[in-house]
Amino acid sequence: MQHSSNTHSPEVTFHHAPGDSASTIKKIVRTTVILSVITLIELALGFGIYMLHKNPDPSHALILFIKGVIVILSLLKAFYIVGVFMHLGDEVKNMIMTIVVPLMLFIWFIAAFLWDGNAWRNLRNTDAGHRPAKQEQVTKPVDAKKPGGIE
Amino acid sequence: MATAATSDIKWWAGGRSPFNMEYGKLMMWYFLMSDAFTFGAFLISYGTIRFSQNYWPDPNHVFNAFPFAGHANLPLAFVSLMTFILIISSVTMVLAVHAGHHMDRKGVIKWMIWTIVGGIAFLSCQAWEWTHLITGHHPVLIDGVVQEIGTTVSRNPWGPDVTGMMHDGMQVTKTGPVAFGGYFFGITGFHGFHVLSGVVINIIMLIMTLNGTFDRRGHYQMIEKAGLYWHFVDLVWVFVFLCFYLI
Repeated sequence: MQHSSNTHSPEVTFHHAPGDSASTIKKIVRTTVILSVITLIELALGFGIYMLHKNPDPSHALILFIKGVIVILSLLKAFYIVGVFMHLGDEVKNMIMTIVVPLMLFIWFIAAFLWDGNAWRNLRNTDAGHRPAKQEQVTKPVDAKKPGGIE
Repeated sequence: MATAATSDIKWWAGGRSPFNMEYGKLMMWYFLMSDAFTFGAFLISYGTIRFSQNYWPDPNHVFNAFPFAGHANLPLAFVSLMTFILIISSVTMVLAVHAGHHMDRKGVIKWMIWTIVGGIAFLSCQAWEWTHLITGHHPVLIDGVVQEIGTTVSRNPWGPDVTGMMHDGMQVTKTGPVAFGGYFFGITGFHGFHVLSGVVINIIMLIMTLNGTFDRRGHYQMIEKAGLYWHFVDLVWVFVFLCFYLI
């Protein structure tokens, strides 16, 4: 059941069929075209943002929407690089999960920290950052001779 | 096909990798996962600071130069060149791994050389960009005096415009958020260092291929591991490109 051509490690039980060269090359070329086209779309959208900024009063909702689209396109590029170029899609499912599941932490990580950044900006824009402490320091004389006083 | 018979295999009974993967390659994957968290932490910290500011420089305004193009305003042009260089070098790396699967030594040598050329080209572009950013001086109003400063980790000339104030035909600005330079040089520098180490690893792989080391071993697994690292470098660039230049 082993492919004799590159059996090299007793740890590896089966090899992915190397496949005929032509079909693999075809897949690589197709992925290259997809990555390039996505990049070109991203650049076009980036240029669109640039043009919108020339307007003295650009629509911020539209710019935010375009940025969101660019983020999704980048994730798509990441999917193709990891899945096809790095062949993660061809591995055993358990192995894929040990990589992908820990990366789910990023969902919390990004949401929590950007939220925090936004909260800082709100503090910056209100007096909360500069507000003097309300309670005045109360200094009571301490009797050194009483128990509990300073020696 | 071998895969059809795998359901009867006792994967966890020892003697074989339950993940059907050679140890070194598996550890490369886990290293890359941890490295993804490192880069992620840097980029998220950048995002946090950026979100906390009322003003942040527009990348289309900061990165608008191209070598030998003088002062022409070409937003996104140079960074698209860098991005395509890295995508293409990733493709040549896949082709090298593919040639390795077929024990095609000449193919591996050819595609590894192209990958190394791509990596060096990317690093050269980055060197130019850094130099341009550090040495390109812009008039900035600091303490009521117009000074010409470049972008460094402690100074940022990319602040909001001072309306109606020109200096030698250039718009005078206020200073921008100081974190901009630190994050830009820090993160692109950390990525560039990964590219540099990737190029060094690829050169070592090329020398080993030329020496026939992998032919004697009977497999080109090392090319595959170096390939994983190289693709990761490309993957990180997707997000650096996204965070610093596009949005």
